[in-house]
Amino acid sequence: MGQLSTKHLLGIKGLTAEDIQLIFETADEFKDVINRPIKKVPSLRDITIANVFFENSTRTKLSFELAEKRLSADVINFSSGNSSVKKGETLLDTVNNILSMKVDMIVMRHSSPGAPHFLSNHIKANIVNAGDGTHEHPTQALLDTFSIREKLGDVAGKKVAIIGDILHSRVALSNIFALQKLGAEVMVCGPITLLPKYIDSLGVKVELDVRKALQWCDVANVLRIQLERQHLKYFPSLREYSLYYGINKALLNSLDKEITVMHPGPINRGVELASDVADSDQAIILNQVENGVAIRMAVLYLLASVSK
Amino acid sequence: MQRRLLLGQPQLAITIGRLCQELIENHQNFEHSVILGLQPRGIYLADRIAARLSDFISTKVDLGYLDATFYRDDFRRRDTPVKANETKIDFLIEGRKVILVDDVFYTGRSVRAAMDAMIAFGRPARVELLTLVKRKYAAHVPIEPDYIGKDVNTLESQQVVVEWEGQEGITEDNIWLQNKED
Repeated sequence: MGQLSTKHLLGIKGLTAEDIQLIFETADEFKDVINRPIKKVPSLRDITIANVFFENSTRTKLSFELAEKRLSADVINFSSGNSSVKKGETLLDTVNNILSMKVDMIVMRHSSPGAPHFLSNHIKANIVNAGDGTHEHPTQALLDTFSIREKLGDVAGKKVAIIGDILHSRVALSNIFALQKLGAEVMVCGPITLLPKYIDSLGVKVELDVRKALQWCDVANVLRIQLERQHLKYFPSLREYSLYYGINKALLNSLDKEITVMHPGPINRGVELASDVADSDQAIILNQVENGVAIRMAVLYLLASVSK
Repeated sequence: MQRRLLLGQPQLAITIGRLCQELIENHQNFEHSVILGLQPRGIYLADRIAARLSDFISTKVDLGYLDATFYRDDFRRRDTPVKANETKIDFLIEGRKVILVDDVFYTGRSVRAAMDAMIAFGRPARVELLTLVKRKYAAHVPIEPDYIGKDVNTLESQQVVVEWEGQEGITEDNIWLQNKED
């Protein structure tokens, strides 16, 4: 019998290692379910879930929506683009209006760090953070670590390098927390301008040379340069970034071992990752996407059962 | 704790043998039949039935495990969620005769959920239910086992405990009727 220690998934920081293991074990069974001829189970048939996205998303939104539908939940979608937010409604008012239509769970993406945490103090429904600004993206970190576990057997003891724009990445922070809770060693690598100032306080190794980082690690999780969040010039040009930090097949072949390459998407081909790497057998990028649905099914299923 | 032995090791072996003979009567050499043990506890009985059948027939019987956790009707009505177990079915059930196997038949709700779960793997030609212990007059749904090891009268305050040799701290097969712990 297992139960999560929390009724919201706000971030990896608030989860225990046991919570993460329980999510993984449940996701194993859901992965089996979504590979059957009939991919749907009736578990959440009495639950209504609102996907509230104040920021753009393709993959995450589709993945959540599919996970909800595979669990037989009723789903409503909300995007801020064509909503009353434009007319000046506050976050709390928007959400309370949605909840008064008898919604049980909220999956939310917001550009402000801490937005789901704020909401969790004011509403009763379960909240799943689908990304809050540059803070956390817990389901991405869960599916990333789940994919490492699937590929390498275990996460504990593995060396994982997170490479790219660490400063603006919620994926990086959630991944660091998740990997450390599961006993992996973590290194971050990127231009010094794209590493956060407080990085030392997270207990991770820091490396500026991408070749050394790749040589050290078992798994490289490559992140996108988040140009939409960069209001300053952090490096001279994308071309120069690609020259110094881009990963191509020749670079991987020059290592004395074969590492696994991950990317949370969307990929900027030819910038952080060359096509010959993204499409190679070393990359598990599409496995990550498949696992995303199973992980999100597990999270929703487990949260729905602690709602009492 | 007060408890009464329903079936001890020797009787249990006889009962399982008889259930196998009844199965063979209806399924001959099991060419068109499969056995599905219901997780979490029906799988031990299913293993024993399949092993015992091999004493009587030469063909290998298709044996799988079915978990119905995600199909239960008491989700969110329990204090703690039921943890899912592995579903392991390496064969097609489309058009075949399925024998669902569980150790104790009580309200019938888990069998109902199992039939829902089973349909995700295809449309069987026929579905039967085998149970070792049937608690009489307790079904909440109109489901009745086809093969019964032992019929027993029980109170709601009682529970049937099935112990299989090889489980932690268990040295022989026994089935007990005892009062639920307070």
